[in-house]
Amino acid sequence: MSGDTTVSTSKTIQDAAKPAPEPAPEPRPQGEVMLEVDNLGKHFPVTAGLLRRQVGAVKAVDGVSFSVRKGETLGLVGESGCGKSTTGRMIMRLLDPSFGRITFEGRDITKLSRGQMRPLRRDLQMIFQDPYSSLNPRQTVGAIVGAPFRLQNIRTEHGVKRAVQDLLELVGLNPEHYNRYPHEFSGGQRQRIGIARTLALKPKLIVADEPVSALDVSVQAQVVNLMEDLQDELDLTYVVIAHDLSVVRHISDRVAVMYLGKIVEVADRAELYERPMHPYTNALLSAVPVPDPSLREGRERIRLQGDVPSPLDPPPACRFHTRCWKAQEICKTVEPPLVRLSPGHEVACHFPENATVSETDTVAKAAVAHGASPDEAPLADQD
Amino acid sequence: MTASDETAPAEFAERARPSAFLEVRDLKIHFPTDDGVVKSVDGLSFQLERGRTLGIVGESGSGKSVTSLGILGLHNRQNARVSGEIWLDGQELVGSTPEQVRRLRGRQMAMIFQDPLSSMHPFYTVGKQIIEAYRVHNDVSKAVARKHAIDMLGRVGIPKPDQRVDDYPHQFSGGMRQRAMIAMALSCDPELLIADEPTTALDVTVQAQILDLIRDLQEEFNSAVIMITHDLGVVAELSDDILVMYAGRCVEYAAVEDAFHRPLHPYTWGLLGSMPRLDRERSERLMPIKGSPPSLINVPDGCPFHPRCPYGELTGGKADTERPELRELEPGHKAACHLPLEQRREIWNAEIAPKL
Ligand SMILES: Nc1ncnc2c1ncn2[C@@H]1O[C@H](COP(=O)(O)OP(=O)(O)O)[C@@H](O)[C@H]1O
Ligand SMILES: Nc1ncnc2c1ncn2[C@@H]1O[C@H](COP(=O)(O)OP(=O)(O)O)[C@@H](O)[C@H]1O
Ligand code: SF4
Ligand code: SF4
Ligand SMILES: [Mg+2]
Ligand SMILES: [Mg+2]
Repeated sequence: MSGDTTVSTSKTIQDAAKPAPEPAPEPRPQGEVMLEVDNLGKHFPVTAGLLRRQVGAVKAVDGVSFSVRKGETLGLVGESGCGKSTTGRMIMRLLDPSFGRITFEGRDITKLSRGQMRPLRRDLQMIFQDPYSSLNPRQTVGAIVGAPFRLQNIRTEHGVKRAVQDLLELVGLNPEHYNRYPHEFSGGQRQRIGIARTLALKPKLIVADEPVSALDVSVQAQVVNLMEDLQDELDLTYVVIAHDLSVVRHISDRVAVMYLGKIVEVADRAELYERPMHPYTNALLSAVPVPDPSLREGRERIRLQGDVPSPLDPPPACRFHTRCWKAQEICKTVEPPLVRLSPGHEVACHFPENATVSETDTVAKAAVAHGASPDEAPLADQD
Repeated sequence: MTASDETAPAEFAERARPSAFLEVRDLKIHFPTDDGVVKSVDGLSFQLERGRTLGIVGESGSGKSVTSLGILGLHNRQNARVSGEIWLDGQELVGSTPEQVRRLRGRQMAMIFQDPLSSMHPFYTVGKQIIEAYRVHNDVSKAVARKHAIDMLGRVGIPKPDQRVDDYPHQFSGGMRQRAMIAMALSCDPELLIADEPTTALDVTVQAQILDLIRDLQEEFNSAVIMITHDLGVVAELSDDILVMYAGRCVEYAAVEDAFHRPLHPYTWGLLGSMPRLDRERSERLMPIKGSPPSLINVPDGCPFHPRCPYGELTGGKADTERPELRELEPGHKAACHLPLEQRREIWNAEIAPKL
């Protein structure tokens, strides 16, 4: 199968556009698509008054599309409130989407009932940020890690205890700690317990929502290494949600950047960090403090003004235009579609950074296809 | 006077008044609890001049916040045992009365916290709180203080400050609250500003704005700043000097360039190796420190880092039994480790630096 990961929203544009001369593609994960998310959205109703009349909606996730291949790690980054957790919870079907489609291993799981989801729960697992609150303090580690076996009625070859002890060993915990309680462990060890529980059913896809954000840096590195080892050993596929761009670069094969409920850029890891194209991605990267004092002078710094607008009433067209230093009239009237500009690199911006001439041309054509008049299309403004 | 039992009053009186603007000498802050004595800060010393920034880094529970509250005199002496000396502009604070320290707070020294709500009252408008804080130390009319408050809010980047001054804290976003707290802290031109994880709860773009703001205001007011954080990136951006804390003690103290390019303590190496970094080629694997930070009730004997240190064995058992003193190894560069200096330089150059 081809390396094509284009999402449906950009396919039409790609058709309309003249194919750009493509740079030599890097080796990309060749696995099959395991998860496909198509125009997925979640609007939380906002009610007021005694009658709980709906007065608006939080557009937490507003039409995101991406796919994840078997064996790869997709990183989902963006600032708090941009919809990362909501996206993760919809994929896990812990939240019902307002619209869009989720396909797992070729099967549409968007509308499956609880009962229908049950067998799939084995394949889809989630790791949470807070190892403290996601473990029952009154259960022993053995009970916690063994619970999935019991819930799913799974027979284990040498009994549940042995299976649990194997899992504890796998995540670097002492199997003899089977009878201990969560409070007897440190934060990093608790996250390991959470991971062991997640692995009990040999999942295929793991959505990890800020798995290391609550941990100290030394322990964070232990857990990151563990997740990487487990991926190799057990052939896992990850969607890792995080706000830390350095962590995301370290663990991801591909990265999707979200802003106010939308994906603004998706690219292979190296490409995203070496040639970020969306102005927001550039601003995020530029804001990361660099742990090297010799680089602090003379560094180009992009500073965004103000705060992220409310998802209750997001800005029209390009949602980033209220804070973007490159914004022009067209950014307020025509929503920039997510366009595939090179293999594995999609961007939703009328005036992308680091773009080649032909990429700029592709963007202009996409804008026209989305209703921009040819003279306000970006090509006219570039030279 | 509340100096510890070990410090004889006579000796205490003899110690010279320091020349530095802020000097902390052998500060100890212990909390007796049912489980034992928590030695949160256990012999910390450093100096800081006006216009300079000291970055204090360390993982959670290493004693950073207890140190900052101690300097501000905010510990309840009923349950905290504080000893040592804190000299601020020629005045010793540990032995001063709570009233004397209170007068300095807000006027000579101020603090910004991770959580702005902890220092703001929810029932009063942001403006009223700044006005009150200002009028405690400045004999001015309400109208003048209000104008000052609006000025300060504008300076820290609050849009439409003349309107937002009458908002309540909950009407501000997280980043704006942090700015408002900075405005409040700076409203009296403090000479010492202590910022305890001021950006930890903020998104990276807002963090960058706040760090710029602290940098600019410091230049303008020439204040001394203590920047406390667990984020090595943040200290690298702002600090002149770095103090690395582990288990309530300083394990390394150095100028920022030395701390990042020539660190001399295995714990500092461990912190650097644990961090994925955007400014380097991506490393295949992070180099974590094994284990986790110790409880401050049972700090390990000998070198407190020895259970986690990969080089402890090279000290021939000394690390397990004997606590290494913090020694000046090069001008302005101190570290507490038994390994011979040459050997440490070699390890850094051969094993650590190339993998970062
Ligand atoms: N159950 C809910 N009801 C209403 N709004 C919600 C709910 N869950 C999340 N939101 C809102 O949706 C937006 C996205 O939230 P979230 O997905 O948690 O963002 P992230 O994980 O990126 O920080 C935020 O504005 C948040 O306040
Ligand atoms: N009032 C107190 N009573 C007992 N222990 C305390 C008290 N305040 C802080 N501690 C302990 O002191 C240690 C250092 O805490 P802190 O200075 O807050 O760490 P940091 O700011 O470096 O994360 C921790 O173990 C903490 O539990
Ligand atoms: S479309 Fe316009 S406003 Fe949006 S990111 Fe691109 S340049 Fe900025
Ligand atoms: S004294 Fe020993 S255990 Fe402590 S840091 Fe140095 S080498 Fe490591
Ligand atoms: Mg979240
Ligand atoms: Mg703290």
